[in-house]
Amino acid sequence: MTSAPAIELKGISKAFGPVQANKDISISVQPGTIHGIIGENGAGKSTLMSILYGFYKADAGEIYIKGQKAHITDSQAAIAAGIGMVFQHFKLVENFTVLENIVLGAEDGALLRPSLRKARKELRHLADEYELNVDPDTLIENLSVGHQQRVEILKALYRKADILILDEPTGVLTPAEADQLFRILDRLREEGKTIILITHKLREIMDTTDTVSVMRRGQMTATVKTAETDPEQLAELMVGRKVLLQVEKAPAQPAQTILEVENLSVTDDKGVERLKNVSLNIRAGEILGIAGVAGNGQSELMEVLGGMISGQGTVRLNGDALDLTGKHSDGRSRRARGIAHVPEDRQSEGLIMDFHAWENVAFGYHHDAKYQKNALFMDNAALRADTQAKMDKFDVRPPLPWLAAKNFSGGNQQKIVVAREIERNPDLLLIGQPTRGVDIGAIEFIHKQIIELRDQGKAILLVSVELDEIMSLSDRIAVMFDGEIMGERLPQDTNAQELGLLMAGVTASEGAA
Amino acid sequence: MEKMPKWADVVLIPLISLILAAAISALVILGIGEDPIEAVKLMVQGALGSSNGWGYTLYYATNFMFTGLAVAVAFHASLFNIGGEGQAMLGGLGVALVCLFIPWPHWSIALIAASGAAALFGAAWALIPAYLQVRRGSHVVITTIMFNFIAFSLLNYVLVNQLRPPRAMDPASAKFPEATHLPSLHDILGTVGIEFSKHAPANISLLIAIAACVGVWALIWRTRFGFELRAFGKSESGARYAGISPFKITIVTMLISGGLAGMMAINNVMGESERLVLNAVEGAGFIGIAVSLMGRNHPFGVFLAAILFGFLYQGGAELALWTNIPRELIVVIQALVILFTGALDNMVRMPLERIFLALNTKKEG
Repeated sequence: MTSAPAIELKGISKAFGPVQANKDISISVQPGTIHGIIGENGAGKSTLMSILYGFYKADAGEIYIKGQKAHITDSQAAIAAGIGMVFQHFKLVENFTVLENIVLGAEDGALLRPSLRKARKELRHLADEYELNVDPDTLIENLSVGHQQRVEILKALYRKADILILDEPTGVLTPAEADQLFRILDRLREEGKTIILITHKLREIMDTTDTVSVMRRGQMTATVKTAETDPEQLAELMVGRKVLLQVEKAPAQPAQTILEVENLSVTDDKGVERLKNVSLNIRAGEILGIAGVAGNGQSELMEVLGGMISGQGTVRLNGDALDLTGKHSDGRSRRARGIAHVPEDRQSEGLIMDFHAWENVAFGYHHDAKYQKNALFMDNAALRADTQAKMDKFDVRPPLPWLAAKNFSGGNQQKIVVAREIERNPDLLLIGQPTRGVDIGAIEFIHKQIIELRDQGKAILLVSVELDEIMSLSDRIAVMFDGEIMGERLPQDTNAQELGLLMAGVTASEGAA
Repeated sequence: MEKMPKWADVVLIPLISLILAAAISALVILGIGEDPIEAVKLMVQGALGSSNGWGYTLYYATNFMFTGLAVAVAFHASLFNIGGEGQAMLGGLGVALVCLFIPWPHWSIALIAASGAAALFGAAWALIPAYLQVRRGSHVVITTIMFNFIAFSLLNYVLVNQLRPPRAMDPASAKFPEATHLPSLHDILGTVGIEFSKHAPANISLLIAIAACVGVWALIWRTRFGFELRAFGKSESGARYAGISPFKITIVTMLISGGLAGMMAINNVMGESERLVLNAVEGAGFIGIAVSLMGRNHPFGVFLAAILFGFLYQGGAELALWTNIPRELIVVIQALVILFTGALDNMVRMPLERIFLALNTKKEG
């Protein structure tokens, strides 16, 4: 070894009650490299980084920074040790300027002005050095998400960070913004910074990292040189078995129109128009995928169609109009009309986490005649039998109807929701982020179920922030930006770059100009 | 996997909390120079040692069952109804009006009507805060507690200016007519040949309270409404997804909750004092919160916790009567019970979970 590792973890363990989140983890990261940490949700990546940043105290193990043993008791100590963290959810004050956010918490004295002046100079220097250009006097709320992330990186650099940890940094970015981010990271690496990139996206790992560590169930299963591995091997290391990364499907056979949406608009409580005159249609036996960066109206589209919020415009299902406001616009009415809905957020919407699996199987359909014993009481025994059957069919593990939803893994939770919704034999399935936080093995299964439902002649509206998922599942792709549909493409006629531009609000004519 | 078996969660934790509360209470009693063992003996003797003691314990327990159920029902919908006190006061007014102004041929019919009136008045008193929450966003914790004070003032006004018999000096209604007097446990148990104290206030309301426990259990875990209520209580966004109306759940749940609190009046007003007095509720509405907390918001737990608090109440009165331990100390003991079973729940839970985990891994390993 030529130089001491920038950061070295030895035998880190951490338990939360009975859950062993990290078990005897050791890594060593060389300075001036990008080190990826990949693993499924709940594999313990975030816990490990929280230990490194002083949010949690490890039960056992040691941390060495540049060969020196470090005692990271809180985030101040982490900063002092040269560690900077860019969180998935930015920690910025929205109504402060960039400069104020950067200085916040790192002021030199009681008076603000000297600190700000110093920061402004330093910022210009950093911008030159790393090509991190952000106007220091803009309010955070007026910046794009990609630029907000730059501010987070600048914050860390301003605090003299040599080691940057980025937690799922591309989750909220367009493909173009993600490319820019990776260019910045490359630049930082050239300048000798060490970067730890936490992600669950195999492609990012392959594209950007020098070495990669794979975590599974709290343990580090392997650390390999990125150049010497491939996505299939990494996926296998993450899941523990071979997985199919590609979706297999026959060409669609679209039939009659099921869903027609005309000039649908949604205005939120604050009076902001979240959905602007959206028009689309879906035919039987067809999957329409909605691509877009999170927060551009896809959620509102799903929610208004699923009866969770009200809207204006016209929506017809099988030729009959749906109520968009009032008593018959709720989720129950939608279900009665044959719309099934797998919501984007299964933990707070699709499931009641404290309910047993069998209660969750009735959730939303608890008025169904087959679940009633008599006018007064529900037939819980029938419900449990029904749940058992669904669990067996959808391979939910463990297949125990009495288990509370929160005790299943993300993938199995999602299988419960998907089983409940698909087994209703709906005319239209709304499915949002079908595989968010779902392990790779279950992703394969859920994708197969969606394709199967399509082949039965159902209409499917798919919303996902994973562009790969949209491109591989959809028969048609509509791109949303700022509450509007920017355009529709066929997956075989388009590519990630074109969709990425549309997702950023750049239309074809502008792009050419 | 569950962290520990269910029995440990529902039996062991409250039991340990209770023992801790008792231990600290013992220290407090020692601190004021009294003998804790003697105090316990007195409390047990006074509350459970005679049918008279039992009669009082069960009488208090009946009150706490109603108010405890009121809190528990609302709690499952994530509504914290701390207005049981005021709702029970209003329930008393309902009972008084029914008993005073309608001539009843028999106590049984009067009881049915009075129960209805008590529930109706209590429910109406809970309706206003419920409406204010769903339509105006005023939190029920704030409004229900304010409504306790309004209820007190309202009752004061009604008693002093309307219901007070001429020339009476205290703010209380006239005695209810003979036909509305409820059979006591002495009368009921007498029919099957069991001796029970004639002077104890426990009455037929106890049976209604027990029936209410069963009813609430069925409502929460067996009906569609209960399903929606619990789903709403766990996740409001989930309820929105499932098409469950927050308006309906909040209003109906608060009506049921207020109704249960109001029903307490058939025990204390109709069954015991047989007239409406100003301080009839005596804090039972607040004790209902502790009862519900300790009973894990489960009707059976509420039943047991109500009896425990009935014991503490009656035993405490005995203590004050026969020793130099002041009446207030029983409030301290109750507070300790609430503190340990409610607020300090995790203090007992965490180590226990660790013990069970260690036991499990040993078994597996």
